[in-house]
Amino acid sequence: MQILARFSRPVGDAPEALLQGLPRLPWLWAGAGAVALLGAMVLGVLVGPVHIGLGTVVQVLVAPIPLFGGMSSADPGQASILWSLRIPRVVLGAVVGAMLATAGAAYQGAFRNPLADPYLLGAAAGANLGATLAIAFAPGTSVIGVNVVPLAGFIGAAAAVAGAYALGRTVTGLRNTTGLILAGVAIAAFFNAIQTYIQQSQTNSIRQVYSWILGRLVTAGWDGVLLVLPYVVVSVAVILLHRRLLDALSVGDEEVTSLGISARRVRLIVVIAATLGTAAVVAIAGTIAFVGIIVPHTVRLLVGRSYRVVIPLSLLFGATFLVLADTVARTLAAPAELPIGVITALVGAPFFIVVMRSTRAAAL
Amino acid sequence: MNDVVLRGVEIAYESEVVVSGLDLSVSSGEWLALIGPNGAGKTSILRAIARLVAYSGEIRIGTQAVADMSGRELARRVAMVMQEPHMPEGMSVSQYVLLGRSPHLAYFGKEGRGDQRVVADILERLALGRLAARRLDHLSGGERQRAAIARALAQQAPVLLVDEPTSSLDVGRQQEVLELIDGLRAEQGLTVIAAMHDLTLAGQYAHRLALLVAGKLVAVGSPAEVLTEPAIADHYGAQVRVLQLNGAGRAVIPIRGHAAAAVENQLP
Repeated sequence: MQILARFSRPVGDAPEALLQGLPRLPWLWAGAGAVALLGAMVLGVLVGPVHIGLGTVVQVLVAPIPLFGGMSSADPGQASILWSLRIPRVVLGAVVGAMLATAGAAYQGAFRNPLADPYLLGAAAGANLGATLAIAFAPGTSVIGVNVVPLAGFIGAAAAVAGAYALGRTVTGLRNTTGLILAGVAIAAFFNAIQTYIQQSQTNSIRQVYSWILGRLVTAGWDGVLLVLPYVVVSVAVILLHRRLLDALSVGDEEVTSLGISARRVRLIVVIAATLGTAAVVAIAGTIAFVGIIVPHTVRLLVGRSYRVVIPLSLLFGATFLVLADTVARTLAAPAELPIGVITALVGAPFFIVVMRSTRAAAL
Repeated sequence: MNDVVLRGVEIAYESEVVVSGLDLSVSSGEWLALIGPNGAGKTSILRAIARLVAYSGEIRIGTQAVADMSGRELARRVAMVMQEPHMPEGMSVSQYVLLGRSPHLAYFGKEGRGDQRVVADILERLALGRLAARRLDHLSGGERQRAAIARALAQQAPVLLVDEPTSSLDVGRQQEVLELIDGLRAEQGLTVIAAMHDLTLAGQYAHRLALLVAGKLVAVGSPAEVLTEPAIADHYGAQVRVLQLNGAGRAVIPIRGHAAAAVENQLP
């Protein structure tokens, strides 16, 4: 932090700095995040059972650009591995990680609860139930060209959150967030019970269900990426636009209302956006745990609590974290793949503990 | 223009009526203190004017009913300083005060240079300039109270509602905060409505006092008219001496000795 202070301009001479102490995106951290993401993605593309050199990767990447097209001498087999397997997988990892971390930060702001994450209102339980139903009773089916499993996962996640919201509304009228969170807990417990029952009674699909629940980024080509991208772009854009309002919510519902901001409306829009994005990535990648909690908290511990800073940096570092976790997941026990959720928790928890211990506990 | 008018206002939480049949008008530029024993409904009235609690009857600011205003419109007309404002840990004073510009921003809007200038001026005015970058949780009680007032002033609303402005402050800080509010009132023509439990301070700073007991208005008028020894014995059950100060001002001194009931019996 000392070093950072030296790099940032003195507040007095910045043209926009009429006031001291306003939250600003620390460009050094943002730059570090961008470099880390790029590095993680390059590493993710390079690592795999077939050795492909950096030179080949660069050649394959620039080949579609007309100016460089003629210069490519890459082996078509390797090019195919890169374009249809590794690059889409790494991109999907970045998209999923960015979404989960951004949604986590958004939930924490909307509920003013540091333990909130995209799964709080039952999104994970709903997705698991939907996917389990599809795997157990309609394996291999597709609807208009889309595999039914992610579709069922998406519907399950959205249904669970909508159910929690409706229940919270009837019980407490959404006057406070506790009612909503309790409704989410109840819905999640109910969905988990049904899911476990189906999982146990359909023993032939238990392994497949289990692997789905722990999360994976297996994708054939760009279909997965293209499927989630529209949801993620809209969701992240809406959350980014709410940065100021999420900061305002931190003074509490009543005071924010007296400032002319409807806490209920902000919360509803942010929760819908974060849930839709989460449901989309969970549908493709399974319920990868922990990213929505540790990434925003690490950012908070390192650079401060304003959502104007936490959200954009969570996006960058969430993407980086998941790309790295996926690379580890597919190399640690190669040729077998470990579930990525195991890696995010296994690496994430100790890292988070180190960050917590090395910064002041008061910053929590 | 910025007078506040309440007509037949009733406020109820669940089914419990806390304020009923309230008629009260506060002129533009006037300081009205709401006084009364604990639970009299002072805070509820402020909350109703800021539309933070449901009410029946009519509350108007100028010619416009509060009920017909949008949330932002209302926040541009009425600013409220809560009794115990929530101060988010880690937030800087300048960021906190800048929140007061919210009613002037569009939903997705961002504070501009003009908003920063308003806040910088207010911080200077309230001697908070030096503390702009300081975290709220590192402020003293008096500084926190000033930060809360600064945020309300950043709304640039002509009506200022203040709930127990001095409850957690020492006598020096109490005076400082009240002088500040009164200075701003005089300078900017603010209409001030303050819930106050300290009768001596209310009797010196407010132009008029409205005495509430169990949700009903029992007396309204100048400090001299409302702060009488029998009235205070009657409604607060306290034995006091009321002194005249600075012309219209009144100081209320509690006298040790008799139990409230005994005092009541001695009254004519």
